[in-house]
Amino acid sequence: MKKLLFVLLLALSPLAALAQANLEINTPAINGLKQAMAGRHAQLAAHYGSGAIGIARDGSVSLRDANAVPLPQRAAVNGLLGAENADRAALYKEIARANGKPEWEAEIRNTFAQRWAEKASPGWYVQNAQGQWVKK
Amino acid sequence: MRATSILSALAAATLAAACVTINIYFPAAAAEKAADRIIEEVYQLRKDAPASAPVPADKK
Repeated sequence: MKKLLFVLLLALSPLAALAQANLEINTPAINGLKQAMAGRHAQLAAHYGSGAIGIARDGSVSLRDANAVPLPQRAAVNGLLGAENADRAALYKEIARANGKPEWEAEIRNTFAQRWAEKASPGWYVQNAQGQWVKK
Repeated sequence: MRATSILSALAAATLAAACVTINIYFPAAAAEKAADRIIEEVYQLRKDAPASAPVPADKK
């Protein structure tokens, strides 16, 4: 009996190791989203720099100062933000799904929110835990 | 015999606890690493991996 339980415990131990392995992020869906976002980033970068948009604490990008965008460009910036945030939401969901843990979506989003802010260039605005915009 | 059943019960409880731990466990460090790899490509911070090129499988 003891022997059986011991064997069972041994058999289950690799599960713990598996849980600590890298997350799967190399799927066609994730790569597609990543490339769309990288392409869009070139257009968003100038608006990060002007302070028009900032890195929100919920893992999205948000308009923080519409006045920093020339009037004729505002609709285009809103369109970019909408597309970017849709891709980001899809990305968080897809990473959770690709790893067989749809319930991880919120935690993946939180992790990304911190890392987007951490990797932001100097001069960009990031939202702190209290919701205030802080210039990096 | 009694000792054996107590031990078995204990082992079973440990096993159940371990399973629960595995189920709720979120690999924060792995998630951070995965996030960084994606973000560096989106922000184009990686000079060796342009956004237009697919990610090489060996870059883990």
